[in-house]
Amino acid sequence: MSAAVKAVTAEYFAVFREQAGTDRETVETAAETPAALYQELAARHGFAEHAERCKVAVNDTLSDWHSPLAEGDRVLFFPPVAGG
Amino acid sequence: MEQTARMSVTASALDIATLQAALDDARAGGYASFEGRVRDRNEGREVCALHYEVHAPICISEGDRIIAEALARFDILDARCSHRTGDLELGEVAVWVGVTARHRDAAFAACRYIIDEVKHRLPIWKKEFYVDGDSGWVNCAGCAGHAHPGAPGDARVAGLSAGQDRRVRGVAHSR
Repeated sequence: MSAAVKAVTAEYFAVFREQAGTDRETVETAAETPAALYQELAARHGFAEHAERCKVAVNDTLSDWHSPLAEGDRVLFFPPVAGG
Repeated sequence: MEQTARMSVTASALDIATLQAALDDARAGGYASFEGRVRDRNEGREVCALHYEVHAPICISEGDRIIAEALARFDILDARCSHRTGDLELGEVAVWVGVTARHRDAAFAACRYIIDEVKHRLPIWKKEFYVDGDSGWVNCAGCAGHAHPGAPGDARVAGLSAGQDRRVRGVAHSR
């Protein structure tokens, strides 16, 4: 399998933003899904949450963790929510 | 995409009279509402203020979806929800849900459905500031008392520093 490297924008919220030290960054990645990208970024920034407790949105639409990622996508990582 | 605008997010104090007025309906024999307010303690810690962060576009689209579900599921006339963002003081209203129905049972049930789904599904995060000067995001990472079925044996939690671990335990679940 030859995974093509693509550039995507990762956006972080709440505790993820604080741990990453930024609200967004451009990432060159071979990850083919948001789940794979999350694993890369969690290792880099020390995110302690399991992906299944979090949500992901691609280009401002809630997305499946295993949907395909495309060049230029904006991938929004949402830590566990606490509204109300 | 049609914007129903039954869900709203605002950085200023919730104007409940105006929100409620949008639900005026001569057919409504009942109006049920819920106000979630900032309370002075959580999980045994004294809270002095809250900060809410939201992703507004998805809050609104997903909030509208929740209200559409309530309209389909319960015999109600209409419903609205509004959530605060930014800095809140003790006693301030953080979230409001209003539902009108011909009869009260459906109004109560739909109101309960909407607030429960809002708390679980909308991209909203709450940071608590404590009287002792500490602060932390409210969630259940590393909270042993609330082990999540999808995250057995959270190995990463063991890697947290002592400071992170103390903070995470302290904020745990809110309700």
